Amino acid sequence: MNPRRSLQVGPDGKLRHLLTTEGLPAEMIRHILDTADQFVSVSEREVKKVPVLRGKSIFNVFFENSTRTRTTFEIAAKRLSADVINLNVGASSTSKGETLLDTVYNLQAMDADMFVVRHSQSGAPHLIARHVKPGVAVINAGDGRHAHPTQGLLDMYTIRHYKKDFSALTVAIVGDVLHSRVARSQIFALKTLGVPDLRVIGPKTLLPAEVERLGVRVFQDMSAGLKGCDVVIMLRLQNERMNGALLPSAGEFFKCYGLTAQKLALAKPDAIVMHPGPMNRGVEIDSTVADGRQSVILPQVTFGIAVRMAVMSMLGAP
Amino acid sequence: MSGPPRIEIRGARVVDPASGRDAPGSIFIAEGLIAGVGQAPDGFRADETIDAAGLVACPGLVDLSVRLREPGYEYRATLESEMKAAVAGGVTTLACPPDTDPPLDEPGLVEMLKRRAASLERARVYPLGALTVGLKGQRLAEMAELTEAGCVGFFQGQAPLPETSTLLEAMRYASSFGYTVWLRPEDPALAAGGVAHEGEVATRLGLAPIPVIAETIAIRTIVELAMHTGARVHLARLSSAAGAVLVAEAKSRGVPITCDVGIHHLHLCDRDIGEFDSSCRLVPPLRSPADRERLRRALAEGVIDAVCSDHAPVDEDAKQVPFAEAEPGATGLELLLPLTLQWGSECGLAPAQALARVTSDAARVLGVAAGSLVPGVAADICLYDPKASWVVQPQALASQGKNTPFNGYELTGRVVRTIVGGRTVHAS
Repeated sequence: MNPRRSLQVGPDGKLRHLLTTEGLPAEMIRHILDTADQFVSVSEREVKKVPVLRGKSIFNVFFENSTRTRTTFEIAAKRLSADVINLNVGASSTSKGETLLDTVYNLQAMDADMFVVRHSQSGAPHLIARHVKPGVAVINAGDGRHAHPTQGLLDMYTIRHYKKDFSALTVAIVGDVLHSRVARSQIFALKTLGVPDLRVIGPKTLLPAEVERLGVRVFQDMSAGLKGCDVVIMLRLQNERMNGALLPSAGEFFKCYGLTAQKLALAKPDAIVMHPGPMNRGVEIDSTVADGRQSVILPQVTFGIAVRMAVMSMLGAP
Repeated sequence: MSGPPRIEIRGARVVDPASGRDAPGSIFIAEGLIAGVGQAPDGFRADETIDAAGLVACPGLVDLSVRLREPGYEYRATLESEMKAAVAGGVTTLACPPDTDPPLDEPGLVEMLKRRAASLERARVYPLGALTVGLKGQRLAEMAELTEAGCVGFFQGQAPLPETSTLLEAMRYASSFGYTVWLRPEDPALAAGGVAHEGEVATRLGLAPIPVIAETIAIRTIVELAMHTGARVHLARLSSAAGAVLVAEAKSRGVPITCDVGIHHLHLCDRDIGEFDSSCRLVPPLRSPADRERLRRALAEGVIDAVCSDHAPVDEDAKQVPFAEAEPGATGLELLLPLTLQWGSECGLAPAQALARVTSDAARVLGVAAGSLVPGVAADICLYDPKASWVVQPQALASQGKNTPFNGYELTGRVVRTIVGGRTVHAS
């Protein structure tokens, strides 16, 4: 009954925030990837800097710690000549009684132009985006199990780089889809870009309810799921998942869902292997595969900087 | 002599679900009681005549779940504000759950609440006592003492009752005295940490799910225990199609069970969460469109006995947080009537059939003499304009709770006057 209006795309069709890949039009995604193309060359220069966001203040506000993701955003912002302020808010600020919005209002009062937000609760960046001043942009750097759109987009960039066209691809996402914001962001973007055969592979304990309604085919048998794949995306299995009732052990998970050279041979010979990092070698992926010729895991990281530069430049440029 | 005035309500369409009456006529009130409907009693002379042409006169609404937030949560709402909201919504009888702070587990608290509510001279308040001390799910509350203080049933609210053995003893004990045990059917372990219906929406949004089986497994357990103990059970806030099927089965086997549904669950579903709209953070969660359809039908068929507002005023700050952290609940007292009428007309029910679920049927669940216009009962009456359309504007609500997913909706049917015991307690 409620009209579903989009927070992240304005009535003019311009990107106002980047909160999720769900509902991002294909044109918008392609535009982001094309923009990233230009920034890849910046990163290859002697002087890795362009003045696109000179004078802008970007606040990296991480309510959940992550050195790696925060660093990639920091590098991207600095290469665009923005001023970067890093805040590890952690859980302590909220336990002191300050609400999420109060924290944001305080930072906004310091004239932030853009917030890069990571939070353990799904939807926290939406809440912030709904309350910031007009003209202040919010980038979701990972919220709960919901979304990690820049990761999803850098994965799209990587796939396009190696496979050119999405319209004939078979892509498999393997592992803990249930807890993965990365998987959700990949699924929405891949569907929008027209991937005809999108698969998720994992035990039923690690797949969310009705995931097939997102337009994916579900496999429990990894060998069957990998057959004929052009792209194999492995997800990180977090340690805490191995202690509950979801899985018997890391060893058994590797046996059933770890990517080995033998299993990879079931995919197409030129299939690429991706992983959002950080990897658990010997849990979801074997070292021979992670370091093998089909792995594009390190290029993903490199492209990630360019994609984040693209998003920031689109949101921050007047 | 200055007793309560004798009143004639003239020209209304009188809809009394208890008697099946739906016809124009007058209602005659004397000594605070219904003296007659249609025909004036012998020798009746009105001191006051209320012209109700174009209006519907029905029994005052009976709402099975209204959180008044006192004691303990006065920053969310007060008795003063919520009793005003009740009569503004045409509600003249209400049951309040025991989940106050402290919970209603002592006769003194219940007596104080009843006394304070009575002093406001608005709706009649029937407290539900805590089933266990402090709602902690361990020791049974003093049910006989609480009944004497005015409790009409015993409820665990939204607090879990982790041990089936405790539930068994609670039902066994309650059945010794014929008390009704109210339970919100939800397996606490299966629902733990969840904030949204397990399905496509929760999957898309990455919200921790509450599966339907959390409800159905609890209903199966409760039904078994009800058969075993003979306790009278009321299931509060059904949320799923599968749950409604189980209740229908239990009723057909003669299990002494009744149930209700919250008004939000008749009109909304998990899709209304949209982009993390925390006004849709409710307990139980809004479920799928198919669940909503089945609940609507089950209420029409009488499998579900009553619909309630499940009124839960929440302060704005407690909603301006990420979805999962938001305090569950919505304001509902003033929306109950139009939303019930809308459900009724969409299901093709006559007004008397729809109104039964918020009047006579709800009173039967509660076991109190209310919700009818039969001569001799208290003159608790709601007069509403069935054609008046209005837009829900939270700031215009009398309730201190302004949070509602129906913000901005256009509803039809507006309360014009509310009468309790022959006295006008609300007029607009």
